[in-house]
Amino acid sequence: MKKSVILGALALAGVSAGAAAAGTLDDVKARGKLNCGVVTGLVGFGAPDANGEWQGFDVSMCRAVAAAVLGDPNAVQFVPTTGKTRFTALSSGEIDLLARNTTWTFSRDVDLKFEFIGVNYYDGQGFMVPKALNVSSAKDLDGATICVQTGTTTELNLADYFRKNNISYEPVPIETNAEGQQQYLAGACDAYTTDMSGLASTRATFEAPGEHVLLPEIISKEPLAPLVRHGDNEWADVVRWTLNALIAAEEAGITSANIGELSAQAGDAPEINRILGTEGDLGEMLGLDNEWAKRAIMAGGNYGEIFEKNIGEASPIGLARGLNAQWTDGGLLYAPPFR
Amino acid sequence: MSDTHAQSVAFVRDTAIPAAPPPARQRGAIRWMRENLFSTWVNALLTIAALVAIFFILRGILPWLFNGVWTTPSLTACREVLQGKVGGCFSVLTERWNQLLFGFEYPRDQYWRPATAFVLLFAAAAPVMFFNLPRRLLIITALYPFVAYYLIWGGTVLTPIVALLGFVAGYLAYAGLVRSSFATGFFAGIAAAALTWWIGGMIVSAIAPARPWLVHVPSRELGGFMLNMILGVTCLCLSIPLGVLLALGRQSRMPLIKGMSVVFIEFIRGVPLITLLFVANVVLAYFLPPGTSFDLILRVIIMITIFAAAYIAEVVRGGLAALPKGQYEAGDSLGLDYAQAMRLIILPQALKISIPGIVNIAVGLFKDTTLVSVISMFDLIGMIRGPILAASEWKGIYWELFGFAALLFFVVCYGISQYSQWLERQLSTGHR
Repeated sequence: MKKSVILGALALAGVSAGAAAAGTLDDVKARGKLNCGVVTGLVGFGAPDANGEWQGFDVSMCRAVAAAVLGDPNAVQFVPTTGKTRFTALSSGEIDLLARNTTWTFSRDVDLKFEFIGVNYYDGQGFMVPKALNVSSAKDLDGATICVQTGTTTELNLADYFRKNNISYEPVPIETNAEGQQQYLAGACDAYTTDMSGLASTRATFEAPGEHVLLPEIISKEPLAPLVRHGDNEWADVVRWTLNALIAAEEAGITSANIGELSAQAGDAPEINRILGTEGDLGEMLGLDNEWAKRAIMAGGNYGEIFEKNIGEASPIGLARGLNAQWTDGGLLYAPPFR
Repeated sequence: MSDTHAQSVAFVRDTAIPAAPPPARQRGAIRWMRENLFSTWVNALLTIAALVAIFFILRGILPWLFNGVWTTPSLTACREVLQGKVGGCFSVLTERWNQLLFGFEYPRDQYWRPATAFVLLFAAAAPVMFFNLPRRLLIITALYPFVAYYLIWGGTVLTPIVALLGFVAGYLAYAGLVRSSFATGFFAGIAAAALTWWIGGMIVSAIAPARPWLVHVPSRELGGFMLNMILGVTCLCLSIPLGVLLALGRQSRMPLIKGMSVVFIEFIRGVPLITLLFVANVVLAYFLPPGTSFDLILRVIIMITIFAAAYIAEVVRGGLAALPKGQYEAGDSLGLDYAQAMRLIILPQALKISIPGIVNIAVGLFKDTTLVSVISMFDLIGMIRGPILAASEWKGIYWELFGFAALLFFVVCYGISQYSQWLERQLSTGHR
């Protein structure tokens, strides 16, 4: 009897999972809320503030999608996930979208059956060492103890890099960035490795930031990308083009300041008109209305504004645009045309 | 006075010498120190070493404590105020105390609700903990879970009332039918309770007001130390009865019950708690249909409860095994049936023996509730490791936050331990 119950539950789960996969967009609209997986806390990228409001770079992506689909940037149910629970939360259908500084890799895309919808931050793994160590290159780190987060691509990149350069190291496994920072400051490891964005934001909070240096080597490509489940292309399109709209808006010069004026009526720039829905019917092709991109941009501004507010040079984290500048400024951001 | 010796000795003192004080080395603080601190050379060395250690610890901690800054809005501002001096930045506690205690999503204007539930907890626990109080007070204890649920989760008041009615109906059906046979009464009770809940559930969903008196707070918005308390108290209260039943089941003469109890206990004890929590969070999500949200807190409560119950079962089994066989035979020879013998003779003695073990598990269980931070629930530790350390104002602050967490846990665990020692003294019937 027990067996039949389990089989029944499995069958039920299978059927309903299939039903959910049929139309995430419709599910989200019916629910009136977007279930968005975020990080449990990472400075600048996602954390609740003193009033319990989620803020951050990845969080803005959730809000933009909610604004595009539901018309309300606050219609988001944030589901905090750890590095270990994030993928199961997405594949089980608990969340519709995972925007949690997740690196786009082959096996995650293909083997875990996810759909990465485009890079929202180009990162790379680096090293931070105390100035007193007198190290100027990662290749000098032979025999060093290195703090590294477990269960992430950083751990694998580290192993690859040291094997390639034929030098030895001793990993000190840590669970969270906060723990890594503490271990590093306490001297439990000679160097701390994680993404450059994480290193910069960590160093910014030190009592004496000047006593620590970031080594010049970037040992990996870490394209951080939001992702959705495989097999629901309509939903993937909605999320992908919401991100593209934010990027294209910056390129076209649409900001939260001038968007009201630009969207009031069709202007001289056809691309702007098509993005803002004053011309053509791109929104209807997506299964939304024509003002979807306007709402997405109004939620938190265009890509550049979101970047500056959360992690840019004016924020406490102080990251330069670098690779994340528009292609016209020598960066890698290149949104496909809206037509 | 006789004059027998009037001629043999020259002088006989006829009043007592006033008592002289003992020598300086044999009294007061000096004697105490000689006896307790410097009785031998080795002890004297150890004493000095300990004093030096205490001095260095205090020299580190006291300036940090007394120079502490309590009012700045961020860690950077703290460092500016301190100007390089040693001092704790306790502003993070004054700034984020509400998040540490209640989590970051619980509505701010509703904090009085969990606070009231916490105060009422003492009123509800007192009749169980101190048995010289009038027995009638136990009704408070019985009502407390429903009141606490209503206060913390809110929503319509009908939900806890229907839940309570279900238990009442179940009990009445059981009491009415138990005379014919225990099994009839037992299953009739379950059926009556289930029926009440089913009908009540439909009625509640039909007539529930759109705007209840207390705003409904979903489970995922609970957090902070409140979550630790909810998990700790609920799981402990549920796991003790379950553990006793499992221990009795393991001793049962019926092979089926015995086998099931043994397998359950051994399986749960052989699996780490964190694994069970991952099952609750991750694996169950695959089996449940995406629409049905089987409350995460409920899942976690079930997992921690069965984990603690397996351990308590083993402790109680130890108590049962320690009783002389004569006690069991005494029950039989008095003509008591199994339930009476257990209730009146065996369990009171066995549980008394088991108290230290059960308290040990209670303390461990309470501290284990912090493991839920690993499955992305924001309990006290989860709040610290997640949102607070990820806020750009407070990133890089550790001692103050984790010290605060340690203090809260210490207060509760020390309280439990003191109560258990008092209980042991109360129950000691002079066997030794």
